[in-house]
Amino acid sequence: MPEITRDEVAHLADLARIDLDDAELDHLAPQLSVILESVASISGAAGDDVPPTSHPLPLTNVFREDVVTPSLTPEQALAMAPAVEQQRFAVPRILGDEQ
Amino acid sequence: MSAPETRTAAQLADALAAGETTSVALTQAHLDRIAAVDGDVHAFLHVDAEAALAQAAESDARRSAGAPASRLDGVPVAVKDVLTTVGMPTTCGSKILEGWLPPYDATVVTRLKQAGLPILGKTNMDEFAMGSSTEHSAYGPTRNPWDLDRIPGGSGGGSAAAVAAFEAPLALGTDTGGSIRQPGAVTGTVGVKPTYGGVSRYGLVAMANSLDQVGPVTRTVLDSALLHELIGGHDPRDSTSVDQPLPALVAAAEQGALGDLTGLRVGVIKELQGEGYQAGVQARFTEAVELLVKAGAEVVEVSCPSFVHALATYYLVMPCEASSNLAKFDAMRYGMRVLPDGVDNPSAEEVMRATRDAGFGDEVKRRIILGTYALSSGYYDAYYGQAQKVRTLISRDFAAAFEQADVLVSPTAPTTAFKLGEKLDDPLAMYLNDLATIPANLAGVPGISLPSGLADEDGLPAGFQVLAPALADDRLYRVGAALEAALHEQWGGPLLAKAPTLEGGTR
Repeated sequence: MPEITRDEVAHLADLARIDLDDAELDHLAPQLSVILESVASISGAAGDDVPPTSHPLPLTNVFREDVVTPSLTPEQALAMAPAVEQQRFAVPRILGDEQ
Repeated sequence: MSAPETRTAAQLADALAAGETTSVALTQAHLDRIAAVDGDVHAFLHVDAEAALAQAAESDARRSAGAPASRLDGVPVAVKDVLTTVGMPTTCGSKILEGWLPPYDATVVTRLKQAGLPILGKTNMDEFAMGSSTEHSAYGPTRNPWDLDRIPGGSGGGSAAAVAAFEAPLALGTDTGGSIRQPGAVTGTVGVKPTYGGVSRYGLVAMANSLDQVGPVTRTVLDSALLHELIGGHDPRDSTSVDQPLPALVAAAEQGALGDLTGLRVGVIKELQGEGYQAGVQARFTEAVELLVKAGAEVVEVSCPSFVHALATYYLVMPCEASSNLAKFDAMRYGMRVLPDGVDNPSAEEVMRATRDAGFGDEVKRRIILGTYALSSGYYDAYYGQAQKVRTLISRDFAAAFEQADVLVSPTAPTTAFKLGEKLDDPLAMYLNDLATIPANLAGVPGISLPSGLADEDGLPAGFQVLAPALADDRLYRVGAALEAALHEQWGGPLLAKAPTLEGGTR
């Protein structure tokens, strides 16, 4: 399995929406390579015929009766928001200049 | 009568029932103890004396009226800061949630409140439960009451240290890869990871949904059983909650304490001992197994060959789930919002990036990036897909082992508590602490850790782990209580009686 490069870490941080500065990239990239190297041992540990497990216990969809139950009030839901406007979450612009 | 804070929760409940003390008195005694020692231990991120005393007064009123809400009504409890609590901040040990006041209680917290347990406060933890030492808390580490220069385990080091330092008789923890059991082992306390789905996860801020479980953190096996029965059982608000009654856990602990394990088959897991395990930890483990034999148990060695891949499997499954879960911290609806430096009119995405950089610590960033990598196109099959398959093999190993034995045993953690800072920037060395606890999370089976004694090399506590098949949590309590009784007889009392006295201590 491939080693993870500093550029790849920068790209992944971008995908994960985390600004990493140069110092953080220098610090994290080699650590991630070491971790990946250590987990690489599982490649080949299970044959193609082994079914995957996503959950420890067998699960089925769970439904409840379609009746109204109490939920948060708008005040409760908005109480910890960084910014609020007209009983809504106020967020920064979502479109870029070029859009 | 001994100081109230040194007594077990069961003893405190009995004293309350007998009218020998009041909830206000013993809540105050624990608050005093916190004031005296928590400056050193730092088990708590938040203490709410006023609310705890008000809840205690209500409990006393119920007792006076002859209508206690539960056996533990009036016995104070501490709650890991990853569980939501109305009226108390829930930070998960992260800057990104500093000061966050949740609008709802976790189901387990609701059950504590309904049962009348005053909540002393919220306990420290590795950020978002990612770590094995509590050093990854954004609010500073918790210290091990046995040696303040050492780690209390993690991620639930705060809950374990709180009960070890007699700051609380009971605490709630959460266990994703060992975060209840490993802190229990290194602080000389008891901790239980219930069967997956046995305790509600509603209101538990998820790290890895398919692995996380809430469980009790206490000083005795019986106290864990009492707390487990109180918080466990079906919850319609958690779709993974098991819809069937819990086994009789308290009864199992009481039966086990009688010391007779005749007919019980104990499987010693070959892959979870020997090389890599500290000599003193291994020695106490072997002696404890002998005590089980003395109690009438039959011991067999079992092999779980896929367990050698458990650590690698866990460090793929967990970051994948964690990276998805933590995407919700986007600076939009709650939590921290940081504007990037030198950007006019930043976009939501730029704000998100700046916030997540400022709000998350190193270990969280490592795991998010690792998960993002393992889930990305081209790597998914090699990493996440393969890990899911190995997870199946690990479950099959458990199934085969439980054909041969009623319970499986191993040391809980490979070593005793190490020095603060020793492994902080060496992720792999840190991950190895979870070697013996991780398989249970991957397979969803329950496990308990209880003290097995002090290691000869360093005089620090070692832990003994018992694992049972899914939904057979009662076996943990039967075997745990039997071993605990035998060890207490040998030691002439609980292991914690050998712990050094903390400054300001009353013991």
